[in-house]
Formats: sequence, structure tokens, C-alpha cells
Amino acid sequence: MTVFLLRRLLQAVGVVLAMSLLVFLGVYAIGDPVEILISPEADQIERERAVKALGLDLPLWQQYLVFLGRALQGDLGRSFVFNEPALRLILQRMPATLELAFGATIVALLIGLPLGLYAGLRPKSALSQGIMAGSILGFSLPTFWVGLMLIMVFAVQLGWLPSTGRGETVEVLGMRWSFLTRDGLAHMAMPALNLALFKISLVIRLTRAGVRETMLMDYVKFARAKGLSPARVTFVHVFKNILIPVVTVVGLEFGGTIAFSVVTESVFAWPGMGKLIIDSINVLDRPVMVAYLMIIVLLFITINLVVDITYSVLDPRVRLEGKA
Amino acid sequence: MTPPTLEVRNLRTHFFTRAGVVKAVDDVSFTVERGKVLGLVGESGSGKTVTGFSILGLVDPPGRITGGQILFKGTDLATLSEAQMRDLRGNRIAMIFQDPMMTLNPVLRIDTQMIETVLAHARVSRAEARQRARDALGQVGIPSPEERLAAYPHQFSGGMRQRVAIAIALLHKPDLIIADEPTTALDVTIQGQILAEAQKLCTQYGTALIWITHDLSVVAGLADDIAVMYAGKVAESGPVSEVLDAPLHPYTRGLIGSVPSRNHRGAPLSQIPGMTPSLLNLPPGCAFRARCPRAEARCAEPPPFAEYLPGRHARCIHPHLAEVAAA
Repeated sequence: MTVFLLRRLLQAVGVVLAMSLLVFLGVYAIGDPVEILISPEADQIERERAVKALGLDLPLWQQYLVFLGRALQGDLGRSFVFNEPALRLILQRMPATLELAFGATIVALLIGLPLGLYAGLRPKSALSQGIMAGSILGFSLPTFWVGLMLIMVFAVQLGWLPSTGRGETVEVLGMRWSFLTRDGLAHMAMPALNLALFKISLVIRLTRAGVRETMLMDYVKFARAKGLSPARVTFVHVFKNILIPVVTVVGLEFGGTIAFSVVTESVFAWPGMGKLIIDSINVLDRPVMVAYLMIIVLLFITINLVVDITYSVLDPRVRLEGKA
Repeated sequence: MTPPTLEVRNLRTHFFTRAGVVKAVDDVSFTVERGKVLGLVGESGSGKTVTGFSILGLVDPPGRITGGQILFKGTDLATLSEAQMRDLRGNRIAMIFQDPMMTLNPVLRIDTQMIETVLAHARVSRAEARQRARDALGQVGIPSPEERLAAYPHQFSGGMRQRVAIAIALLHKPDLIIADEPTTALDVTIQGQILAEAQKLCTQYGTALIWITHDLSVVAGLADDIAVMYAGKVAESGPVSEVLDAPLHPYTRGLIGSVPSRNHRGAPLSQIPGMTPSLLNLPPGCAFRARCPRAEARCAEPPPFAEYLPGRHARCIHPHLAEVAAA
């Protein structure tokens, strides 16, 4: 296990380095921030001073090394726009995105697992057919449209739920969270559901397929031949076996949700990282873009590690060894 | 007089598939007395396993028991509710499956899988259930059972897993064990040990055993009676020594002839020509007639399952009676 973790750590360093180079080059290629940031009326001297202050006069490879050196000290540069450390800007907005992603994932599991289980156990019933048809809708309806519809129905017509913002927040560990207050939860409900829609469908389909496959296994028949109750057969013998694919996909989806919940955050004016990155791209705020992408890389590495460790907990045959 | 442990009368289990009705078990009858072993023999697809599942009430759709009676100690199992059946399963009637690599749940520890079986049928504490599980493992010859309880199935070899499955079957000292080719996947030495274990069980606890197999030598050594199945029907049944020495049915005769033995070393093995017929839309009459050396026009009529000699039944209109008399 220790060997496994060390090896993973080394791999992670390699991935981060490679990513940083790619991100740096990519961001450099999309445009010159000077054109946007410096007022057109500025004269040549002012211009050069600004370019120098931003470190844009150096050759690219030097800029990269400077960036790398600072990054090692935890400094991912200052935002051109806000004139604040990029990292702090992102971290300020992270709790909002994190709690939204967690909320959506929990909703997806709470709704998706039972429905998928039912559809797998009774594949021919009308309800199961309905669930499966519904899951196709969940896959194919565009997020922004569903978000707007939710606002139309629950905020505008029924007036049950607020349509924008995070609502009341509480500060814990120096970060502001919505999910700890009633008002905050009410604000979170619609965006979380909107974000969860695709995941619910995914979990339903995975669970159903897993159940259908596992039910045919000899060990399930043997469990029934032992005289166990149907509940025990389903929830212990079948359920534990279907969790592996579900954990894999939900884990990867979770990373995707954090990184790319741009649409939902925009529709519900949820002040998270997704909104920040879109704004930064619009004004070519390079340090924020780079810092954001680096954080996402770290996030994915962490999630993959957690998924791997979860495997070993779920399936005793998976051993986390130092082998490549 | 106490009724036999199990009496199966004219059992029919059919599968209603889109392609048609598959008569997997079609008019099967046999009796197993207390402490006796019945060898249920036949080729793959002859309906042996489905017969076993029918007794346990574990035939999955599209399959269904469509006729006949299964009397367990005099009680017709068809009259029992699902809850009552569940109470019999694993408790009074246990089953051992063919492939030991597949019968244990890979993600649950051995103790979990054994204790749940104890607790499903007995009101005892967890510690007591664990104790019983450990005793059962010891009984089937698993060394250091205490440590093995905490292991996962993948940490066992095939033979060890089958022993665990047998230990699970033994937990409640059932009246009847249905063993579905339990030794087919195992080494001969392990097979011998498990057979000896099974025999001990029958004499010690009076457990009746249905040993499903296609291995005639196992049946010869273990069983008291034999029922030979062909295409969902019992072709022949009777005491094992009599049937194997002088079979009545041409199919049994062919089956015995197909077993390589040291006596005919070098001589070509006799074979049954052709292959088992598809159970889908089986034509009326004797299912074996296309492969039978004695077939004649009358075989197109369904032959009766008749008692030709005391205790010996055969489903054939021209059994090998002369050979039996000569033997």
C-alpha cells in the first residue's frame, strides 16, 4: 500500500509537470492579454512598463521557468484583472462549486441507485420501462434548458425556490458554505438537481446493467439456495458487487462536475469556479486560467487515487501493489 | 411407516421461451430414502440440474414446474408458501453447485457467508453462529478454520472452496442434500476425499443425498440407486449395482460402453452415435430412437416407464431382458 501510494505520488508529479507545460503553451497561444488590458490611449513607454510589470517581456521559456519557480512556492501568479493572487481567487470560489458538485452527486446516488436496482430486479415491469425511458431524457435534455425550465416552474410560477445566488452562508474553516443553512439549501436545491440529472441517468443505467448481470451469477443462486431472504440477497450479495463500476464512473463524473459545471453555475448565477473561469477566459486573464487548470489536474489525480483505494475496500481481489 | 425423504412423481419443468417450449424435465420420478444416495446420471442438458432446482423451488422464469409432485418427507412442496420454502432451503434441503469458483460471493468473507446461513434458520447469537461455522469448516477438513473464516473466497483453491460450499450445506444437518456435479471441477484425490465425506454424512446423520453427475464411476462407488436421465426423462432407474452390471435400456448400455476401462485396453471404445436431441419441440415417442441400435417403428409411440424387474424401471419397449437374465 505504501509503495503504491509513493509510486502514485511520483506519477502525479510527472502528470502535473507535463500539464503545466501544456497549459502554459496553450494559454500563450490564445492571445495577447496586453491588447485587452492596456488602454489603447497609453503611450509606448506606459505600454512597455506594463508589459514589464506583468513579466510578459521575457522569452516564453523564461516566463515558464519563472512561473514554475513561483508555483513551487505556492504562488500561481496574480490575476491581471483583480490584481489578487490567482490561487486565492479560485479557492474563494471553490466551496461554492464543491458543495454544488457534492450535492449533485449525492442526489444522483440517492435517486439513481434505488431506481436502477428496481429496474434491474424487475426489468419487465411498466415502472422499469418508464424509468429507463426517463433516463434517456436525462441523458439527452440540454442542461441549460432544464435549468431554465426549473426556474420557470419552481421559482417563477410556483415561487417555492429562489432562482439565483447562494443564499445565506456560514463560515466554517475560513470558507463560506451554503449547505449548513436552510436558506442556503433552498438555493442549492435547483442547481444541484439540474447538475444531477445527467448523473442520475448514468447511475440508473450502470446499476441496472450491474444488477441484471449479477443476478445470473451462481453465487446469487447459491445465496437463495441457502434460504436467505430476498432483501439480504439483493442488498448484500448483489449490491456490493455492482458498486465497483458505479464508484468508477461517479468518481470521474465528480471531477468533471467540479471542473465544468459552467452551464449550471451560469444559469443559476451560482458564484463558483465555473463562472470565474468563463469570465477569465473572456478577458484573457492568464494566471487565473493557468491556476484553474492546474487545480483541476490535481483534483483529478486525487479523485482517481480515492477511486482506486475505494476499489480495494469494495473488492478484496483488488490489491494495491507497487507493480506497474 | 415413515415416508421417504424425497419422492418425486412425474415432475415436469418446462421453459417457455420465445423459440418454443423447452421440456427440460418431462415426467421424472424417483425416490430417495433416508440415509441413501441416489445417483442422477445423464449427459449435459439432460435435465439433471433443472431437476435439482425444481426440488428447491429455484426455477427462474421463463421456467416453471408444470406438473407432478415433489413430496419431501410426505409434504407436497407445491403446497408450501414461498416463506415456508425459504425456511426449507439451506436448512432441511441444501444444494451444492457444480463450479466451486462461482458459488461463493467474491466480495464477502467466508464467515459472512456462513454466519448468514446459520442466522437465516436458527435463533442463535452471532458468536454461536460463528462457532457453528468454524465447526462445519473443521468437519470438512479445512485446516485452521478460525483463520480461514476471515479469508475471502479468492484466497482458496477450487477444492477448498468446494469444501466451504459443502460446509455451508452441512450447517443445519439437512435431511436432503442435492449435490450437482460437486467434484467435476476437482482433482481426483480431492474428489475421493469429498466422496468419503459425503458417505460419512449419510451414515452419521441419515442425510439423503442426490448426487448429480455424468461420471458413472463416481456413481458406482457412492450411490445406492441410480436414475439415468435422457432428454428430460428418466430412461432407467434401479439399484446401482444391478443397473450398471446389466442395464435394461439401450441408452444406459451405450453410456456404460462409452466409459474407458482397463479391461478393454487398446480396443476401440464403443460410442453412442449422434448427439443428444434439442429439447425444443422434441418429437413424440422415444427420444433416443434416432441413436438406438434397437429402434423400430413402434418406438415412435411414447414408451411407458414400466417396472420390468422388481425395483427396476425402464422407459423402453424392448429392454435388454435377456442380457439381464444371463448376467
